[in-house]
Amino acid sequence: MANGWLYTDIVKDHFTNPRNILEDEDSYADDGKGSVGNIKCGDQMLVAIRVKDGRIEDCKWKTYGCASAIASTSMLSEVVKGMPLEEAYHVTPADITKKLGGLPEHKIHCSVLGDKALRAAIEDYYRRTGQEDRIEREKAVTICQCMNVTDKEIEKAVKEGARTWLDLQNKTKIGTVCGQCRKKAEELLHEYEHLYG
Amino acid sequence: MSNHSVYMDYNATTPLHPGVKAALTEAFDIYGNASSMHSSGRYAGEKVAQAREIVARFIGAAPEEIIFTGGGSESNNTVLNMIDCGSGVCSCVARGRRGLVTSAIEHPSIINTAEFLQHKGVSVTFAGVDAQGKVNMEDLEAAVSGETALVSVMMGNNEIGTLQDVKAITRLAHERGALMHTDAVQTLGKVPVDVKDLDVDFLSFSAHKLYGPKGIGILYVKKGAPFCTFIHGGHQEDGRRAGTYNTLGIIGLGKAVELASREMKDEVAKLWALREKLRKGLLEKVPDIHVNGHPADTLPGTLNVSFRGAEGEAILLYLDMNGIQVSTGSACASGSLEPSHVLLATGVEPELAHGSIRFSLGRETTDADVDYVLETLPPIMQKIRSMSTVYGKRG
Repeated sequence: MANGWLYTDIVKDHFTNPRNILEDEDSYADDGKGSVGNIKCGDQMLVAIRVKDGRIEDCKWKTYGCASAIASTSMLSEVVKGMPLEEAYHVTPADITKKLGGLPEHKIHCSVLGDKALRAAIEDYYRRTGQEDRIEREKAVTICQCMNVTDKEIEKAVKEGARTWLDLQNKTKIGTVCGQCRKKAEELLHEYEHLYG
Repeated sequence: MSNHSVYMDYNATTPLHPGVKAALTEAFDIYGNASSMHSSGRYAGEKVAQAREIVARFIGAAPEEIIFTGGGSESNNTVLNMIDCGSGVCSCVARGRRGLVTSAIEHPSIINTAEFLQHKGVSVTFAGVDAQGKVNMEDLEAAVSGETALVSVMMGNNEIGTLQDVKAITRLAHERGALMHTDAVQTLGKVPVDVKDLDVDFLSFSAHKLYGPKGIGILYVKKGAPFCTFIHGGHQEDGRRAGTYNTLGIIGLGKAVELASREMKDEVAKLWALREKLRKGLLEKVPDIHVNGHPADTLPGTLNVSFRGAEGEAILLYLDMNGIQVSTGSACASGSLEPSHVLLATGVEPELAHGSIRFSLGRETTDADVDYVLETLPPIMQKIRSMSTVYGKRG
């Protein structure tokens, strides 16, 4: 339950008057479109972009999501307008959270959807224009030192259906030696489940 | 920000009844320990005894069958922790049964306690519910066995309002030699409760849901029912619940119950009329909604509605900005990734669980409040749905 207004005035403003809503999806001639999240987990985000001269000319979005998702994507859509694709591709949730004057900690995960959907939209544009080589493979971070399991492998395991710590261990052998990584790994498991479950 | 203030979250908690507030204000100077033998102790003790009598009378119990606790969660924990306590010194251990049968839509103070007991080796069955939230009697028939120590099913659900047939469930439990507990935290004062008629062995209640103070509740324990103490210490409550009597809380609880016994009938009629006005108004003014719970067997002031294509926390916060205070079953508002376990148990789609809003009305709710909600909500829904990825796409 929300404890009163935990949000900054900037968040409130973007939540009350969200910018750049994609109101008519069918008639919007986008150059790239990306969608992440799912209704089962309670939020979903769609970002569509128009590109001109290597820059984002326009950025529109829609969401089934909470206040944080709405405010952060509204802010994101403002920030990336006019930005070179390469730069927009590397905008992080932290950049947006900072611009919003911060978000309650337990709400940060709701705000990553906009950024992920934007990346997906830019990648869609790269694919449509034959620039697949510009799509980056995100750098993997080692989570389990003993068995050398990375976040990418956890992400892959979740995409393949892993939903519990045991599933994850069966697929990746993660945490089968010292088990110190369990907390971090389970957090990622929930995060990826949220995105792909 | 809005100038309106419309509180529609009475199932979460209630403001003090002015009569309770007056009784508490008057009682502030009562400082004696109700267990003490001297005059100030005896004075406090009298007040405690009076409150106990009021509560007992209201539910058809004897005063010695009422134990004051720190609230509904403590009452629920006390009862569930009697299963397989393993101490060997109390009456519950002699029963030798290790099973608990409860329902999938209980309050967290039952569900999470039951899961904790599972870790201790107690076998727990969560009976399912139908689409209206009624516990499946077939599930109970199948689950309650000679191994079952206790059946615990709530009387009225806090989220969707559905009332259970506690009397029939108690009959089943007793036929198979199990004890029966009901969590009546939401029902007392809204639905007539007579423990002799229900025949339950244990019943939980909390004052703050009925315009009383927070942190005070009761546990009804039928005379002769097995019991083991949860909070050990002094000899208060005949050794059944230690801790200096919370005189102020107990006086407030007693007053709240006394007022409810007088006002309940009119109050219930008023709440039902307001709820129906809100329900009909929403159905008329907002398309694609789903009313959750049972159409008739429900708490009089509870209305739980799911809005397609809209996430509950967003609805809640837009309403809050307009001065309307409600709650939601959305995952985003709960801090977990799971939406309401109650709504999921009734079989609604996750989208409808995430998009649910609970309006719970109470004694200060007016006709004008309902009008204001009916005027404020439709444009909010239109706004949220216009930016929704899932609304308006269905053929």
